[in-house]
Formats: sequence, C-alpha cells, structure tokens
Amino acid sequence: MATAKTRTSSFCRNLSSAAPSLGPGLKCGPNGMVFLSSGIPDLDKVLGGGFPLGSLVMVMEDAEAPHHMLLLRNFMAQGLIHGQPLLYASPARDPKGFLGTLPSPAASKDDKSREPDPHQEKGLRIAWQYKKYFGENQLNFDGQRDGKHEYSNEFDLRKPLERHLIIGQRIDCVSIQDSSDLSTLQDRCATFLSQLPRNDGSISCAGRITIQSFCAPQCAYSNMEWEMLSFIRSLKSMIQSSNSVAIITFPPSLLSPSFGKRWQHMADTLLSVKATQDEDKELAQLITGYQDMVGFLNVHKVARINTQVPVILEATTFSIKLHKRRYLVIECLNQAPVDGSSGASYGTSGSCSSSSKTGNLDF
Amino acid sequence: MNQRSSNLLDEALGLDQAIEPWPLRGRVVAIEDRVETSGSFVLHHLLKRSLSPNSSNVSVLIAFSQPFSHYDRILRKLGCNLVSQRDNGRFFFFDMLKLQCTVGDEGMTPGGGLIALYGKTHKTISALPEIRRKNVSIIIDDLSLMEVAAKGSSDYVLDFLHYCRTLTSEFNCSLITLNHEDIYSIEDGCTFLLQMEYHTDILIKVEPLATGLAADVHGQLTVSNKGRNKASNFHFKVKENVVECFYPGRNRD
Repeated sequence: MATAKTRTSSFCRNLSSAAPSLGPGLKCGPNGMVFLSSGIPDLDKVLGGGFPLGSLVMVMEDAEAPHHMLLLRNFMAQGLIHGQPLLYASPARDPKGFLGTLPSPAASKDDKSREPDPHQEKGLRIAWQYKKYFGENQLNFDGQRDGKHEYSNEFDLRKPLERHLIIGQRIDCVSIQDSSDLSTLQDRCATFLSQLPRNDGSISCAGRITIQSFCAPQCAYSNMEWEMLSFIRSLKSMIQSSNSVAIITFPPSLLSPSFGKRWQHMADTLLSVKATQDEDKELAQLITGYQDMVGFLNVHKVARINTQVPVILEATTFSIKLHKRRYLVIECLNQAPVDGSSGASYGTSGSCSSSSKTGNLDF
Repeated sequence: MNQRSSNLLDEALGLDQAIEPWPLRGRVVAIEDRVETSGSFVLHHLLKRSLSPNSSNVSVLIAFSQPFSHYDRILRKLGCNLVSQRDNGRFFFFDMLKLQCTVGDEGMTPGGGLIALYGKTHKTISALPEIRRKNVSIIIDDLSLMEVAAKGSSDYVLDFLHYCRTLTSEFNCSLITLNHEDIYSIEDGCTFLLQMEYHTDILIKVEPLATGLAADVHGQLTVSNKGRNKASNFHFKVKENVVECFYPGRNRD
C-alpha cells in the first residue's frame, strides 16, 4: 500500500494522535468534522451535532415574518457565551442595536422548559407522544454544569444578554445597506477570517459570521445577482479554510427562481422558516399543539463535509414553538389522533419526509 | 465486492469489463443533479475507476467546489489514495476555490481566467509521458461554480468546454462534468444546459424518487449512453465505501 505522509495505511484508525484540543463550544464529530452549536439544542440534535466548522449555512426566510431572527439571536448569543468572535452584517443602519436583543442563557435547571412535568402526568400521557420526551429525559440527566462550559445552551428570550459579554468581545458589525458593491463586506470577512486560520491541530477558537437578509431590497447591490453569487462563493471558499461557520439568511422570493436554486446549491446546510397562519383550522385539527406554534422549520440539506453519504432525516419539517414565551423549542410535528376512527390510533410521530409533490399541506 | 455492487452503474457506462482502451476514452460525460440529490458520488466513483490500479489512467480534477482534503477523505474510504496518486503523477488537483475573474483586474477578463486554466490543463497533459497520455480524464466539479467564477458569462464557460473537447480529440481525453439541472429549468433559458447536453456522449441524471426521500433508497439514476444507444434507470443508495445500485423494488443487484 502506498504510504501517505502521516498514515501507514488508508484503512488503519488514526489512534496514534490524540484528539486535538478544542476550545470552548466545540466538539468533535465523525469524519474529522468539528462542530459548534447553533444555539438551539433541539436543532443541534437534528443536524447530528451542530454546524461543522468550515461550512456555510443558509436560511430561507419567510418574507412576511421575522422568525429567522429567532435562529440568528440564539446563534449569535451562543457564540458570545463561548467567547467566539462574531461578525454581524445586516441591512439596518446600525446593526449594533440588534446586539441588545440577544438572549441570555436560561437561569437554572428549575426554570428550564423541560421540567419533569411529563412524569407527573405519566399515567395520562398518550403512548405515541412518549417518544418525544424520551430523548429529553436523557438530556436532563446529562449533568447541568456551569453554563459556560456547556456545548449548547437553552436561551431565555426574555432576558437580555449580559453587557459584559457584548462589550469587549471581538464583535464586528457591518451595515450592508449602502454598499453599492460587496467589496467592503468581502474585505471585512477576509480580515475577520484571517484571524482564524485552519491548520491541522488544536483549535483554540472558532468564529461566527452572520449575514442577515442578504438580498434585501434596501441594499444597493441587491439587483446585482452575479455579484452576490460571487460573494457567496468567495465567502464559502474563505470559510472552508478557516475555523468558522457562516450563516446567511435571505428571502428567496426576492430572487429569480434560477438564482434561488444556485444559492440553495451553495449552502452546505440549508434551512427554511415559515410562519404559521393565524387561523388555519385545517392544520389546527391535524397537528397537536398548533396554537403554541409560531412557525415551521424545514431542514432541506445537512452539511456533508468529508463524506459522500447524504443525511436522510426521519422528518424534515419541525415546529418552532416559544415555550412559556421564553424558550425557543424545535419539535417534531405530532399528528393529532383522528376523531371517530375505528380505534386504530395514528401513532406516527410526524415522520414527514419531504416530497417533490407539494400538496395543500406542505409537510 | 466493490465490483459487484456498482455493476449497474458500471454496466451502463461500459466500465464493467476491463477492456482496453478505456470505454470512456474520448467521451464527454455529464452528471446532472439537484438540491435534493447530490451527484458528487458519481464523480467520486468515476474518479476511483479512473485511478484503478490495473490501468495507467491519469486524472485531472478541476475543483471549484471543495478543497483537496474533502476528496482525499472520501476517496480513501472508497479505497483510493489520492495523495499517493498525486505523488506518482497520476492525479492532478487544480484548486479553483479562489479563482476570481474580476473585470479590469490587471487586465484579467472573465475569459482570461478560464483561458489561463485551459492553458494550464493543456500544459499538464502535454507534459505527461507518452505512455500515460493514453487515457486522461478531465473532471470538473462543478460547472455552475465555473459560471460564477466567470461572473455569469456562460459564453466563456462554453468556450472553455469547447476547448476541452478539442483535448478529447487531440489526446483522447475524457471529459467528466458535474452540473445542477434544477438551476437551468424554466424561464432563465436552459440554453447552457441544452448546449452541454447536445455535446454529451453519456448523460447521467441524479434525481430524487417521485415519492420523496427515503433512508433505503437515496434516489434514482438515469444513464443515457449515446454511444451504445442505451438508456438505463435504476435506484441507488450511497454508502461511505460503495454506491449500491439496484432495480426498483429489489434490495440489491
């Protein structure tokens, strides 16, 4: 067998080198990937660990609702908790203002969303819902240590992030409203990423780039389709050789269909959020807990770095809920039992795989 | 084991028999995929076949999409060591991740960057020893990113492909490209894709099943082989070390 420089054979396990030491908020995954948390523990679980370093995450916004901001807030706050440098670009005049809305980690275990309430009502729990709580019980027993050392935190949206975590941190805010071309943003990203080069070995620090509503119409460059694509491509290549993750959110309705598809192909991880209608009786009958939902989260693509095997999720559509109006929760959809059936329970816990045929109810 | 499982794909491409000259010699192969089903596994498979130990093929990978480490790890699991192939002069990796063809940048036009790329490719192939020059594969991953690098001037990309096709006649190279079919549908004009398909000898489409995604069947492959006047359709499941191909309804070949 021909020898490579660091291994004797293609097939031997690399046990010789110890796992590289990782900074806070990072964990190892399969295929040599290193993950950082999305800030939403439920989403991390769905994605198989989190967002891999060197990947580009794209979130398709619902142009009529700001739910993508929920994802961004948690993502950015999680990075600040771990002391990870952050670059935030948005079409607002003063992006710094958004930092004041970042949430703080949930106070203590008692306040947390997943109380062992199910235990009290265990007798009343309908069997097919139990699967939903099984994983969570394990999570509770994972030993809640000091918030800082956890890989992923629950965030309390009603509590703003402590000032000391925002001031004095490496945070770079960029307004993209007035830029006629994207060279400023590209330079800022390049400078930011040059501090976090990837080399084989330990990773002391990872960075996060957040670009919100990238093709928003108030941005001067928003009709320059090829320039935007070119920017995304160069950002992606810079990210691939650094220890960071970039999130770009964009409203796909503002792009031509062909370019929308190009953007989708660029993403390593592709998500979309959609708001629920206020009065949708049909859906309310079909799904339990519809009233608590604020929207749907769809996972279209999961990052496949260093591997060719696609990730096929059991379900690709999830509900976004605000538990007690404080905690962001991503859950599987649960089909409600159908009334008046012959006794057979519709025991599936919402295993909705995406289909190319989109019906009225787009699961 | 590898041979057996991928038989349907190899069969459709004419790769199931180890015959000289290599069946893909002088051919243009186009892989078209979609967001739901990525076609890179076909690319990896063809790269692995091209670098098989009982042949002297040379492969040139023009990568716009992923860095070398990504392909290296994947091909290792498929049983092919890209590092040693590179050291032995059988594999050339052109890292195009940072290629930017900006207008007015030191006189580099969008076409300029691609012309330079073609020059480099031609030079690399001409510099090969005679014996290695028999079977060269040029693999491009992927064409839509080449268009982005050329700032949307698909004419330049088509020119580049045209020049590469001259290589297929001059040196009997095979040209293997990956592109995304769903980008070119509808109004924006599928001219680019149609032109590509017109010149293609073997078209491999990677699509999801009509019923959606499943854990056991990742999608369907449709191989149209103009040379053999044959079209085949079958399902596939991608694994770390192999691609399993089987007819619909069957578990394996």
